[in-house]
Amino acid sequence: MDANLIVFIIMAVVAVGSALGMLLNRNAVYSALFLILNFATMAVFYIILGGPFIAMTQVTVYAGAIMVLFLFVIMLLGAEELAGGRVKIDWQKPAAVVLGLLLMAELFVVVFFRETVFGEAAELTEFGTPQQIGLTLFNDYLLPFEITAFLLLAAMIGAIVIARRVRQKPGKQETEER
Amino acid sequence: MVPIDYYVALSAVLFTIGALGVLTRRNAIIIFMSIELMLNAGNLLFVAFARMYEALSGQIFVFFVMTVAAAEVAVGLALIVAVFRTKNTINIDEASTLKG
Repeated sequence: MDANLIVFIIMAVVAVGSALGMLLNRNAVYSALFLILNFATMAVFYIILGGPFIAMTQVTVYAGAIMVLFLFVIMLLGAEELAGGRVKIDWQKPAAVVLGLLLMAELFVVVFFRETVFGEAAELTEFGTPQQIGLTLFNDYLLPFEITAFLLLAAMIGAIVIARRVRQKPGKQETEER
Repeated sequence: MVPIDYYVALSAVLFTIGALGVLTRRNAIIIFMSIELMLNAGNLLFVAFARMYEALSGQIFVFFVMTVAAAEVAVGLALIVAVFRTKNTINIDEASTLKG
Protein backbone atom coordinates (compact mmCIF):
# COMPACT_ATOMS: atom_id res chain seq x y z
CA MET A 1 0.00 0.00 0.00
CA ASP A 2 1.22 3.42 -0.93
CA ALA A 3 2.57 5.53 1.93
CA ASN A 4 0.55 8.55 0.82
CA LEU A 5 -2.64 6.49 0.93
CA ILE A 6 -1.95 5.32 4.49
CA VAL A 7 -1.34 8.91 5.61
CA PHE A 8 -4.47 10.00 3.77
CA ILE A 9 -6.68 7.37 5.45
CA ILE A 10 -5.38 8.16 8.95
CA MET A 11 -5.73 11.89 8.42
CA ALA A 12 -9.20 11.51 6.87
CA VAL A 13 -10.37 9.65 9.98
CA VAL A 14 -8.90 12.40 12.20
CA ALA A 15 -10.44 15.14 10.03
CA VAL A 16 -13.96 13.66 10.05
CA GLY A 17 -13.69 12.80 13.75
CA SER A 18 -12.59 16.29 14.72
CA ALA A 19 -15.31 17.84 12.54
CA LEU A 20 -17.92 15.68 14.28
CA GLY A 21 -16.38 16.63 17.62
CA MET A 22 -16.80 20.30 16.71
CA LEU A 23 -20.40 19.70 15.67
CA LEU A 24 -21.48 17.69 18.72
CA ASN A 25 -19.57 19.33 21.58
CA ARG A 26 -21.69 21.43 23.92
CA ASN A 27 -18.76 23.62 24.98
CA ALA A 28 -17.73 26.21 22.38
CA VAL A 29 -14.09 26.21 23.56
CA TYR A 30 -13.78 22.47 22.92
CA SER A 31 -15.46 22.98 19.55
CA ALA A 32 -12.86 25.60 18.63
CA LEU A 33 -10.01 23.28 19.69
CA PHE A 34 -11.47 20.43 17.60
CA LEU A 35 -11.65 22.81 14.63
CA ILE A 36 -7.95 23.70 15.10
CA LEU A 37 -7.15 19.96 14.92
CA ASN A 38 -9.25 19.75 11.76
CA PHE A 39 -7.37 22.66 10.16
CA ALA A 40 -4.05 21.00 11.05
CA THR A 41 -5.10 17.80 9.24
CA MET A 42 -6.05 19.98 6.26
CA ALA A 43 -2.47 21.27 6.23
CA VAL A 44 -1.25 17.65 6.04
CA PHE A 45 -3.53 17.04 3.03
CA TYR A 46 -2.13 20.15 1.35
CA ILE A 47 1.42 18.83 1.84
CA ILE A 48 0.46 15.45 0.32
CA LEU A 49 -1.11 17.31 -2.61
CA GLY A 50 2.08 19.26 -3.24
CA GLY A 51 1.27 22.65 -1.75
CA PRO A 52 3.80 23.36 1.00
CA PHE A 53 3.20 27.12 0.88
CA ILE A 54 -0.57 26.71 1.18
CA ALA A 55 -0.04 24.24 4.03
CA MET A 56 2.07 26.74 5.97
CA THR A 57 -0.49 29.48 5.29
CA GLN A 58 -3.21 27.16 6.56
CA VAL A 59 -1.36 26.62 9.84
CA THR A 60 -0.39 30.25 10.43
CA VAL A 61 -3.53 32.03 9.16
CA TYR A 62 -6.31 29.55 9.89
CA ALA A 63 -5.15 27.44 12.83
CA GLY A 64 -3.17 30.36 14.20
CA ALA A 65 -4.70 33.78 13.65
CA ILE A 66 -8.35 33.04 12.91
CA MET A 67 -8.90 30.43 15.62
CA VAL A 68 -7.11 32.54 18.23
CA LEU A 69 -9.61 35.29 17.37
CA PHE A 70 -12.47 32.81 17.84
CA LEU A 71 -11.14 31.62 21.21
CA PHE A 72 -10.59 35.20 22.30
CA VAL A 73 -14.19 36.18 21.52
CA ILE A 74 -15.62 33.02 23.14
CA MET A 75 -13.74 33.78 26.34
CA LEU A 76 -14.46 37.51 26.15
CA LEU A 77 -18.20 36.91 25.95
CA GLY A 78 -18.19 33.95 28.34
CA ALA A 79 -20.23 32.13 25.72
CA GLU A 80 -18.88 28.62 26.29
CA GLU A 81 -22.38 27.25 26.71
CA LEU A 82 -25.73 28.77 25.92
CA ALA A 83 -27.81 29.35 29.03
CA GLY A 84 -31.11 27.46 28.80
CA GLY A 85 -32.69 28.99 25.77
CA ARG A 86 -35.92 27.51 24.51
CA VAL A 87 -35.98 25.93 21.09
CA LYS A 88 -38.38 27.92 18.96
CA ILE A 89 -38.90 25.44 16.13
CA ASP A 90 -39.24 21.85 17.38
CA TRP A 91 -38.90 20.11 14.03
CA GLN A 92 -35.78 22.05 13.01
CA LYS A 93 -33.17 19.51 14.16
CA PRO A 94 -34.72 16.37 12.62
CA ALA A 95 -35.38 18.29 9.42
CA ALA A 96 -31.77 19.54 9.40
CA VAL A 97 -30.40 16.01 9.86
CA VAL A 98 -32.58 14.64 7.05
CA LEU A 99 -31.65 17.49 4.71
CA GLY A 100 -27.96 17.18 5.60
CA LEU A 101 -27.94 13.45 4.81
CA LEU A 102 -29.77 14.20 1.56
CA LEU A 103 -27.08 16.74 0.68
CA MET A 104 -24.34 14.20 1.36
CA ALA A 105 -26.14 11.51 -0.69
CA GLU A 106 -26.53 13.98 -3.54
CA LEU A 107 -22.84 14.93 -3.45
CA PHE A 108 -21.83 11.25 -3.45
CA VAL A 109 -24.12 10.51 -6.38
CA VAL A 110 -22.63 13.42 -8.31
CA VAL A 111 -19.09 12.29 -7.51
CA PHE A 112 -19.35 8.54 -8.05
CA PHE A 113 -21.99 8.21 -10.80
CA ARG A 114 -20.65 10.71 -13.28
CA GLU A 115 -19.67 10.58 -16.92
CA THR A 116 -16.28 12.27 -16.69
CA VAL A 117 -13.29 10.56 -15.15
CA PHE A 118 -10.93 12.27 -12.75
CA GLY A 119 -7.35 11.51 -13.66
CA GLU A 120 -4.67 10.38 -11.28
CA ALA A 121 -2.80 13.07 -9.40
CA ALA A 122 0.24 14.01 -11.44
CA GLU A 123 3.73 13.33 -10.12
CA LEU A 124 5.31 16.72 -9.69
CA THR A 125 8.48 17.91 -8.07
CA GLU A 126 8.52 21.72 -8.33
CA PHE A 127 4.92 22.59 -7.58
CA GLY A 128 3.41 24.88 -5.00
CA THR A 129 6.73 26.06 -3.61
CA PRO A 130 6.79 29.62 -2.26
CA GLN A 131 8.77 30.63 -5.35
CA GLN A 132 6.20 29.22 -7.79
CA ILE A 133 3.31 30.70 -5.80
CA GLY A 134 5.01 34.08 -5.69
CA LEU A 135 5.71 34.14 -9.43
CA THR A 136 2.11 33.22 -10.29
CA LEU A 137 0.63 35.56 -7.70
CA PHE A 138 2.58 38.63 -8.75
CA ASN A 139 2.53 37.98 -12.51
CA ASP A 140 -0.98 36.68 -13.22
CA TYR A 141 -2.94 37.72 -10.14
CA LEU A 142 -1.49 41.09 -9.20
CA LEU A 143 -4.77 43.04 -9.37
CA PRO A 144 -6.75 40.54 -7.22
CA PHE A 145 -3.85 40.59 -4.76
CA GLU A 146 -4.06 44.38 -4.49
CA ILE A 147 -7.83 44.19 -4.08
CA THR A 148 -7.46 41.79 -1.14
CA ALA A 149 -5.30 44.42 0.54
CA PHE A 150 -8.20 46.89 0.34
CA LEU A 151 -10.62 44.18 1.48
CA LEU A 152 -8.53 43.54 4.59
CA LEU A 153 -8.27 47.28 5.29
CA ALA A 154 -12.05 47.66 4.96
CA ALA A 155 -12.62 44.64 7.21
CA MET A 156 -10.25 46.03 9.84
CA ILE A 157 -11.95 49.43 9.90
CA GLY A 158 -15.38 47.78 9.86
CA ALA A 159 -14.54 45.50 12.78
CA ILE A 160 -13.32 48.44 14.86
CA VAL A 161 -16.38 50.58 14.02
CA ILE A 162 -18.89 47.77 14.69
CA ALA A 163 -17.34 46.54 17.92
CA ARG A 164 -16.55 49.86 19.60
CA ARG A 165 -18.64 50.98 22.52
CA VAL A 166 -20.31 54.38 22.17
CA ARG A 167 -20.30 56.17 25.50
CA GLN A 168 -23.61 57.89 26.20
CA LYS A 169 -22.63 60.98 28.17
CA PRO A 170 -24.32 64.37 27.67
CA GLY A 171 -22.11 66.96 26.07
CA LYS A 172 -19.32 64.51 25.50
CA GLN A 173 -18.94 62.93 22.09
CA GLU A 174 -16.13 60.71 23.21
CA THR A 175 -16.04 57.15 21.98
CA GLU A 176 -14.11 54.32 23.43
CA GLU A 177 -12.84 51.23 21.73
CA ARG A 178 -13.56 47.93 23.36
CA MET B 1 -0.89 8.23 -5.25
CA VAL B 2 -4.22 8.94 -3.64
CA PRO B 3 -7.05 9.09 -6.21
CA ILE B 4 -8.69 12.50 -6.47
CA ASP B 5 -12.07 10.84 -5.83
CA TYR B 6 -11.09 10.21 -2.22
CA TYR B 7 -10.43 13.91 -1.68
CA VAL B 8 -13.76 14.80 -3.29
CA ALA B 9 -15.57 12.33 -1.02
CA LEU B 10 -13.80 13.61 2.11
CA SER B 11 -14.61 17.17 1.09
CA ALA B 12 -18.29 16.24 0.65
CA VAL B 13 -18.40 14.70 4.13
CA LEU B 14 -16.74 17.72 5.74
CA PHE B 15 -19.03 20.14 3.87
CA THR B 16 -22.09 18.21 5.04
CA ILE B 17 -20.89 18.29 8.65
CA GLY B 18 -20.42 22.06 8.34
CA ALA B 19 -23.90 22.49 6.84
CA LEU B 20 -25.39 20.39 9.66
CA GLY B 21 -23.59 22.61 12.16
CA VAL B 22 -25.15 25.72 10.64
CA LEU B 23 -28.61 24.13 10.63
CA THR B 24 -28.66 22.50 14.08
CA ARG B 25 -26.56 24.60 16.45
CA ARG B 26 -27.95 27.74 18.12
CA ASN B 27 -24.67 29.23 19.33
CA ALA B 28 -23.71 31.97 16.85
CA ILE B 29 -19.97 31.33 17.28
CA ILE B 30 -20.34 27.61 16.55
CA ILE B 31 -22.40 28.43 13.46
CA PHE B 32 -19.56 30.69 12.38
CA MET B 33 -17.00 27.92 12.94
CA SER B 34 -19.15 25.57 10.84
CA ILE B 35 -19.00 28.09 8.00
CA GLU B 36 -15.20 28.04 8.30
CA LEU B 37 -15.33 24.23 8.05
CA MET B 38 -17.33 24.47 4.81
CA LEU B 39 -14.84 26.99 3.39
CA ASN B 40 -12.05 24.54 4.22
CA ALA B 41 -13.85 21.69 2.46
CA GLY B 42 -13.97 23.88 -0.64
CA ASN B 43 -10.29 24.77 -0.25
CA LEU B 44 -9.38 21.08 -0.11
CA LEU B 45 -11.12 20.56 -3.46
CA PHE B 46 -9.29 23.55 -4.94
CA VAL B 47 -5.90 22.10 -3.96
CA ALA B 48 -6.83 18.56 -5.07
CA PHE B 49 -7.91 19.71 -8.53
CA ALA B 50 -4.92 22.04 -8.78
CA ARG B 51 -2.78 18.93 -8.35
CA MET B 52 -4.80 16.95 -10.87
CA TYR B 53 -4.67 19.59 -13.61
CA GLU B 54 -1.15 20.73 -12.69
CA ALA B 55 -2.51 24.28 -12.52
CA LEU B 56 -1.18 26.54 -9.79
CA SER B 57 -4.24 28.81 -10.06
CA GLY B 58 -6.15 26.51 -7.72
CA GLN B 59 -3.66 27.12 -4.93
CA ILE B 60 -3.73 30.87 -5.60
CA PHE B 61 -7.51 30.78 -5.17
CA VAL B 62 -7.12 28.99 -1.83
CA PHE B 63 -4.89 31.89 -0.84
CA PHE B 64 -7.65 34.37 -1.77
CA VAL B 65 -10.32 32.32 0.01
CA MET B 66 -8.19 32.42 3.17
CA THR B 67 -7.87 36.21 2.89
CA VAL B 68 -11.62 36.64 2.49
CA ALA B 69 -12.23 34.24 5.39
CA ALA B 70 -9.93 36.31 7.61
CA ALA B 71 -11.81 39.50 6.71
CA GLU B 72 -15.13 37.73 7.24
CA VAL B 73 -14.10 36.46 10.66
CA ALA B 74 -12.96 39.90 11.80
CA VAL B 75 -16.24 41.58 10.81
CA GLY B 76 -18.44 38.64 11.85
CA LEU B 77 -16.98 38.36 15.33
CA ALA B 78 -17.34 42.13 15.75
CA LEU B 79 -21.03 41.73 14.82
CA ILE B 80 -21.41 38.90 17.35
CA VAL B 81 -19.83 41.10 20.04
CA ALA B 82 -22.24 43.92 19.11
CA VAL B 83 -25.24 41.54 19.27
CA PHE B 84 -24.04 40.26 22.65
CA ARG B 85 -23.89 43.86 23.97
CA THR B 86 -27.54 44.52 23.08
CA LYS B 87 -29.13 41.06 23.65
CA ASN B 88 -26.77 39.71 26.34
CA THR B 89 -26.84 36.34 24.59
CA ILE B 90 -25.54 34.92 21.32
CA ASN B 91 -28.37 32.43 20.92
CA ILE B 92 -29.52 33.17 17.38
CA ASP B 93 -33.11 32.24 18.25
CA GLU B 94 -33.17 35.36 20.44
CA ALA B 95 -32.15 37.61 17.54
CA SER B 96 -35.56 37.56 15.90
CA THR B 97 -36.72 41.14 16.50
CA LEU B 98 -37.09 41.83 12.78
CA LYS B 99 -39.58 38.97 12.40
CA GLY B 100 -42.95 40.28 11.21
